[in-house]
Amino acid sequence: MYAVILVLILLALMAVAYQLGRRRSQSMAGRAGGIRKLHSLPGYYGFYAAIWCGLPALLVLLVWLAFQSIIVTKMVVADLPLATRSLSEAELGLVINDIRNLAEGNIVSRDVSPEMQAAADHYTNLNRIGSAALVVVAISMALLGIALGWRFISPAMRARNQVEAVVKALLVLSSTIAIFTTIGILLSVLFESIRFFRMIPLSEFLFGLQWSPQMAIRVDQVGSSGVFGALPLFLGTVLISLIAMLVAVPIGLMSAIYLSEYAGRRLRAVAKPLLEILAGIPTVVYGFFAALTVAPVIRDSGSLIGLDVSSESALAAGVVMGIMIIPFISSLSDDVINAVPQALRDASFGVGATHSETIRQVIIPAALPGIVGGVLLAVSRAIGETMIVVMAAGLSANLTVNPLESVTTVTVQIVTLLVGDQEFDSPKTLAAFALGLMLFGVTLILNIVALQVVRKYREQYE
Amino acid sequence: MNSHSDKRVRTIDRVNASLAERYARERRFRTAGLAAVSLGLLFVSFLFISIVGNGYTAFHQTKIALEVFFDPQQLDPDGRHDYDALTRADYGGLVKASMRNSFPAVKTRQEKRALYAMVSSGAAFELQHMVLADPSLIGTTQAVWLTADDDIDMLVKGHIDRSVPESERRVDDRTLAWVERLEQEGALKRRFNTAFFTNGDSREPELAGIAGAVMGSCYVLLVTLLLAFPIAVATAVYLEEFAPRNRWTDLIEVNINNLAAVPSIVFGLLGLAVFINFFGLPRSAALVGGLVLTLMTLPTIIIASRAALKSVPPSIREAALGVGASQQQTIFHHVLPLALPGMLTGTIIGMAQALGETAPLLMIGMVAFIVDIPGGALDPATVLPVQIFLWADSPERAFVERTSGAIMVLLFFLVTMNALAVVLRKRFERRW
Repeated sequence: MYAVILVLILLALMAVAYQLGRRRSQSMAGRAGGIRKLHSLPGYYGFYAAIWCGLPALLVLLVWLAFQSIIVTKMVVADLPLATRSLSEAELGLVINDIRNLAEGNIVSRDVSPEMQAAADHYTNLNRIGSAALVVVAISMALLGIALGWRFISPAMRARNQVEAVVKALLVLSSTIAIFTTIGILLSVLFESIRFFRMIPLSEFLFGLQWSPQMAIRVDQVGSSGVFGALPLFLGTVLISLIAMLVAVPIGLMSAIYLSEYAGRRLRAVAKPLLEILAGIPTVVYGFFAALTVAPVIRDSGSLIGLDVSSESALAAGVVMGIMIIPFISSLSDDVINAVPQALRDASFGVGATHSETIRQVIIPAALPGIVGGVLLAVSRAIGETMIVVMAAGLSANLTVNPLESVTTVTVQIVTLLVGDQEFDSPKTLAAFALGLMLFGVTLILNIVALQVVRKYREQYE
Repeated sequence: MNSHSDKRVRTIDRVNASLAERYARERRFRTAGLAAVSLGLLFVSFLFISIVGNGYTAFHQTKIALEVFFDPQQLDPDGRHDYDALTRADYGGLVKASMRNSFPAVKTRQEKRALYAMVSSGAAFELQHMVLADPSLIGTTQAVWLTADDDIDMLVKGHIDRSVPESERRVDDRTLAWVERLEQEGALKRRFNTAFFTNGDSREPELAGIAGAVMGSCYVLLVTLLLAFPIAVATAVYLEEFAPRNRWTDLIEVNINNLAAVPSIVFGLLGLAVFINFFGLPRSAALVGGLVLTLMTLPTIIIASRAALKSVPPSIREAALGVGASQQQTIFHHVLPLALPGMLTGTIIGMAQALGETAPLLMIGMVAFIVDIPGGALDPATVLPVQIFLWADSPERAFVERTSGAIMVLLFFLVTMNALAVVLRKRFERRW
């Protein structure tokens, strides 16, 4: 909370600095012989002073806040008795958690020993000292900045160029966030995955036929073997995505063709936005719809014709996922179909082809790369879709291609492994990151291939 | 004409012979297209009918009318209207006493317990609120409408079939008889469900509300907006107006396009590993949710903002540069204001995406059962879609209705945001 107040104080100081800088430039210009003697507009001198005041202080604030808790924890651990320090990483983590809870006045999981109370006091103290030091450092840096800015301002100083250089640096910095995000994703899944593959060999993970991530807590526990063969998950993901594609591609493509080639203007104006509503509905709503409405319908109609359908069948999740993807396919196909030049249609009509022959033999082949690219993007979406399968597909990893049975997917397992208690030394939790790495890798490849297909085979009709 | 024509089959005849089949194929193709469109529209309407059909009753709640005697002996024995004493008094006892008065025939313990179960456990708090707001009620007898239990609510709304045998029904015959008596007396009414909009989450369906989740969503969206909008605009301005065409900017663009297609759950893994495990930010906090959703929505807003900047004609830039403005003055004084409506439209669409997002928030612990309404970005919070997910998992019949009701609220917000984006685009769209 104090950080927010500190930021507000700094912003106020920056406003003061702006006014001071502006006034100073004007008064200096007055003495030097009028406002024309200034290199830049007075406002730029104000911004110059404000930047000197705010930028270093805000940077220090950001770095400090990001690392304070890490450093304080390290210092507290360093002062713990040797016996505690030599505990394993996981147990040490528990101790640190308890110290933190004790310091914040929460419930602690064990009896409070004098050492722990001392450590908690130490922790509180360090945090308090840290926060106080931050306030002092940040505000004095801001004041120092104002003084420096004040001193540097002179009529000949190129304030605009300097301010613009800072602004440009900020713009460049913002644009690199996309790269840092990608690096962050890669590192975060890669590190934990490497730890996972140290415990479980890669070949077992990729080709093992059995998935049962519950680790035995007691030695004699039944049914908790901790086997990490991910093939059933991959197969389940492929099965559900395939069902989704079988629903979405024909419906999406045919409605795109109908709406762009046959439909009148009024039908198009009504039907297109209505279909696109499907794209804006949150996936959790689809999940609820699948579990509450679609799955029972499929199960009941299955039992009518004597089929035994699981209540968490792959079919229900796949069909609903297909419905979700329809607008994705139809709007992408719509774009590429509209991009096919009218001349091709006219030529085809001119030699006597019917409308459907034109579409099938001229327009679709011309638009095919775009359509294939769109379908690939849709596949990558289906693979990564989470909420529908979490709510409507099963948890048990069956190695089956029967759509009426319950299967599980990669995303479902990531969610089940990571929701609730997490221990970062057990393969159970780390497996989620290995699955995440697979998911990220596969979708990345699909996306790149899709973009390449579109780019490479795009025919130039200009 | 040539002389062989009568011996050979002429092309035109073959064409004519195939015409019927070709026209039939044309009709079939066209019908298939129409069928696809209708099927899509059917899905839309099926989805909405199912949600609204299940959910509209969530906005009503059954109430039971009781004559409650605010017994001074029980509430305020020393008659001083002391706030603490009034807070701690046994209001549950008042409810039970008035239930006994309404049904004097009930004698055995077991029957009494069934009788008390007809009123929600939250009814005592309703009486407490009344007394704390107006202590002069003590000693009087008031007709009060108290919240009924969720089973009674479901029965009144017709979600529990009264004609099936007792063993298959959640409400037994005895309670059913009481309910029917109350209905005849007019002491059982459906009122507008204010608790649904003002309460936090609860294990009791009749007390569960969406206020906590809505506040959580507000904080998350606020963090997302404050971070995503400036960063996205800055990125778009740099890439569109300043960046040289080289490998570095190509890399940035490829990254942005790829991030737009990365599954959302992967962002959740990033949030867990970086923000929570590395930087030690609190789990379940709206701040972390906002950070994760910022990274997720950035590509959407950047792409929209770049399109908006592209649509500003070069003549504006040239005019500004021509009268001596610097490149940055040109952009910040002239180009950016003209591109702002388009950027805002993209931002609203990105925010709507963020509002509906669930999966990454599950990873960072925003899925906890939280009763309190969060008061800041660092408090444990949950968001509307996660609340829907949690309720969808609950076994009680009454939660099906609440879930659908919460979905209707969520869809209402989304529709409003998208409509706002459309209006903004229509209003400020300029053809140059």
